[in-house]
Parts: sequence; C-alpha cells; structure tokens
Amino acid sequence: MSKFDFPPSIASRPVYGTLEARKGTQHLMIADGAGAEALLDLAASAPEIMAQAHVIFIPRDAGALEEKLRAAGPAILHIGPSYPATVQRIRRVLQDTVMGAQVYLAGTEGLIGQAMNEALQAGIPLAAIQTEHRGSVARRVQCVHCKGITEDVMTDPFVCSHCGLNLFVRDHYSRRLAAFQGVCIDAEDPGEVPESVELYK
Amino acid sequence: MTIQFNDETFRDDYTFRNSEWAIKRFPFPFHEDSYMYSVNMEQHRGGPKGSVYEKRFDVDEHYISEMRDRALVLAEDPLRCQSLPHMTLAGWDLLELIMVSKSEDYPDLFELHRNGNQWRWINKPLGIDDTFTFMDEASLPYGPMEYITRQAQGDYAVLDQRENNLWMDAGMVTTQADWSLDFDIGMNFFEWHAPVPLAHEMGVFKRALKFLLNIQQGSPARRLNWTMTVNPLLDTSPENYHKWGVQKTTLTPDNLGRKQHLRVELQTFYRLPRSNALVFPIRCYLIALEDLVTVPKWGRRLHRVIRDLPEELAEYKGFIRNRPMILDYLTQYDDGKPTSPGVWPDLDTEPPLER
Repeated sequence: MSKFDFPPSIASRPVYGTLEARKGTQHLMIADGAGAEALLDLAASAPEIMAQAHVIFIPRDAGALEEKLRAAGPAILHIGPSYPATVQRIRRVLQDTVMGAQVYLAGTEGLIGQAMNEALQAGIPLAAIQTEHRGSVARRVQCVHCKGITEDVMTDPFVCSHCGLNLFVRDHYSRRLAAFQGVCIDAEDPGEVPESVELYK
Repeated sequence: MTIQFNDETFRDDYTFRNSEWAIKRFPFPFHEDSYMYSVNMEQHRGGPKGSVYEKRFDVDEHYISEMRDRALVLAEDPLRCQSLPHMTLAGWDLLELIMVSKSEDYPDLFELHRNGNQWRWINKPLGIDDTFTFMDEASLPYGPMEYITRQAQGDYAVLDQRENNLWMDAGMVTTQADWSLDFDIGMNFFEWHAPVPLAHEMGVFKRALKFLLNIQQGSPARRLNWTMTVNPLLDTSPENYHKWGVQKTTLTPDNLGRKQHLRVELQTFYRLPRSNALVFPIRCYLIALEDLVTVPKWGRRLHRVIRDLPEELAEYKGFIRNRPMILDYLTQYDDGKPTSPGVWPDLDTEPPLER
C-alpha cells in the first residue's frame, strides 16, 4: 500500500493531492520510490503528455518501477541515485522551463518538499506544481539546536544524526527547509527519554 | 527624567533586577481575573506618562545590558538575525522609524541629524556616533535592520505583505519566547503560528491577520502577550533549549519568588512607508514574582489567572510542571478580595493584602 492518509494536522504542514494531467508545453516529473506509481497512473490517464515529459526518478527501494516508467515513453528519463546527487540536475532542468510548464512531484515528503523549493525558487508558480505523496511516511527533520537535517526519520523520539541529542518531532513544518522541527526531548529531565514509537502508529 | 541604566546580566549569575520605578510601570497583562486568547489589539498612540506605552519605542533601565546580551547571542549564533534578499528596503524603513522615534521621544539620549541622504546618528547610552548615507548599505557596519536593532530593545519581526497574507521574511530575534526565526523565516502568518494550541480553532488568527493587513502608516497598534520564565533569561530560544530547559527544575518553594518570572511581551505593529512591510517589535519585560506581588492587586489577580488557566495553555507556555509550586507561592498573596478592572496597579485605591 503506497498511499497514506495523513491525520489532520497543523497549518504549516503541506497537503498532498493526486496528480492530474494539465495542459502544458512541458511536463517536468520528479519522483522517488513509490512515487513512480503516481507518475504511471498519470501517464495511464493521459498518455499524450509523455512525449513532452522529462522524468527524473530516484528509485530508492523501488528500482523495479524504472522499466515501467521507461515503457510509459517519456521524452527524457533520468535515473538518479539519491536526491543530493540529483539536485544540480533538477536546478538546471528548471532553468529551461518555459511559461506554461507543469511540474509534478511524487513520492516521499522529503523529495516533494525539497523539489518544491527548487521549483518555486526557479520561479514556477505554485499553481503549476502538483504533489502526490506515495511510499514511505518517513519525515525529514531539522534539529533546532545544531541545524543538521536527519533524513528518513521513522520514529519519535529519535537521535539527531549530527549532534546526537534526543529529539522529538514537533508538529511544525518549514517549506523553506522542507523539514519538520526536532526539539530536545530530555532537556528538562536529562537522560529520561521515552521509548521511541513509530510515526503515525 | 534621566534613566539610570543598570549594569546587569540575563545569564549565568543573573544579576538582572527591576527598580521600584520599573516594577510600578511593569506592563501587567491581565485586565481581569482570568485569561483566554483574544485579538486584544488597540491603537498604539502613547499612554499614561511614565508607562511603557508612552513612547513609540520604550527605553528603560535595562537598555544597555539588554543590548550587551543581544551582542552575546549574535556572536554565538548569527542566524538569529536574518533578512531575505527582498527585505533590505524594509530594513531601511525600520532604521528610519526607530531613529526618528527615539530622537524625538528621547532627545537627551538620541540625536538624528539629516542632511539629504547624509545622516548622523548619535546614541549616547551606547556611545555611538555614526555618519552614513541613507539607503547605502556599504556605509553601515551591518545591514540596516541589524544595525538599528542592535540598538533597540526587543525582538523585531519584519513581515512582507503579499497574497493577502503576512510573511516572516526578516527579523532580529534574541529575546524570544521559544520560537526560532531560522526555522520560521519565509513562513506566512498561519504557518508560523501553527504550533499554538486552541487559537486556530477559535478563529483568532484569521481575525488577527485581517486586522494586521489593514494597519495604516502612522496608525500603529499594540497588544500584550505573556508566559513564564525561570530566571531572568532573555534568550529562551529553542536553539538553546537543551541548555536552559533544565533550569525549570531548579525551582524550590524557597527560591521561587526570586527565580520565577512573569514574562510579558509588548507587541507593536507599524506599517513601513516605502516597502509596505509591517514591522512587529516584540519587547520583552521580565518581573520576579516577589516583586510583582508588592502590588497587591497584581498578586491577587496573577494567582487567579494561573490557577484557572486551561491545561493546554500552561503546557504550551511551558510551566505546567511548576504550576502547583507557583500556585502554592501565589496563594499567599490572594486574600480573596475583589480586584479593580483594568491592568493598572491602582496602589492608592486597592486595599493592602490581608493576611
């Protein structure tokens, strides 16, 4: 099951939708992991847009979807090994977008949030960007103390991968950082860290 | 009057103290014996002589020491002062607003001499005498917002207005009640308030935003907000929470009156002329409970407010673990007598405490 309904949440948290084909001269699609399934659904609903589609896919644990994406016939398909390895390319491709380009983002919150930032900074209007969450519900969390970002956080609390503090994930999200806020959980009772529980369980 | 500036600290040995004068003019935030969120805005057009509302930017006995504390915070963490690239004009607007206001309101402390774009700014308490070119960043040692807010008490959030919303796009934030500029920068009004409990459901933020979007140049507004802080620590930042959080555990019934402080923010809102940005100064005032209860009305009222405050708010304001001990202390100063309406101390008319 790659779709997940996030529980009602705070005002700063992004809301994800379902990708729909829109009229456009270019279609830039960026996905990671199970996000490829959202692109495949999109392609199935509107095969004609794939001839103008530039797809950037970061497989993570969903390498099997690569061939299906290729079969959907995008004009360009780039496979990236990780987001950091791919971000320069994303920036370069965004530079080439023209008026009326459509951007489709699908996959984990971390991918959607970071790619959304790049698209907005490149001047793509928010109305031309669609998002669909698929796959892992892991969160990207910034430690408010050391500012380091820990990727793929699945539990609460967790240990900051940079400074080692025990952090709880505060329900507060920054679109600029594409990250939730992590705050020291045992500041008032040093060493008393509650047992980690899986997010959304 | 001439202000006697204190030489004091807001960290380590915590030598911060309020004089009699500062206690009497403390901005007590409760106009009745209970508290709930509201859009408690009013015009910021002065106030009673000597009160913290009288001047546009209040300067008090803590000025020099607060500015020294700010410099320490910034040396440790420059991210406390940030300005997105499109906010420089608003920074100049703010510099002008503060320089003009302070030189007019405190002519014995501050002077501004303008000759076209050549400006000379004299800040006597801090020993500054700078000549610079207005709107030329290269003529100042810092960006305009940072330059002037290193010389002005309180935090400053500078908000861009677009798409019928306000955006936290610049700020100087070193005396905050547990929020992070570095995390919140770039957020809109609803986003940066997302962690506040209850108020969204009450519609408070929608109404407050509507009010703020309509603030006009020359018609500033103000409101008060409050929380509780153990020790007179100005920099209660989330960044340093892992260092100061543990201080909450140091309260004892014996030291509580001295260590537990009521922390009040005088928040004002000014429209800026060139940028159409809104500047939101957040001025923090601290008072030890043992000083606060020297005003009988305030002692009675604070006890009732803290006692009846909803759980969520005590939790959000970060004093839920100490609430029982605080109430044990405050109950000694509540003899059950009625209190007069309004925030003023009413020392001449309110009855003394009956033990």
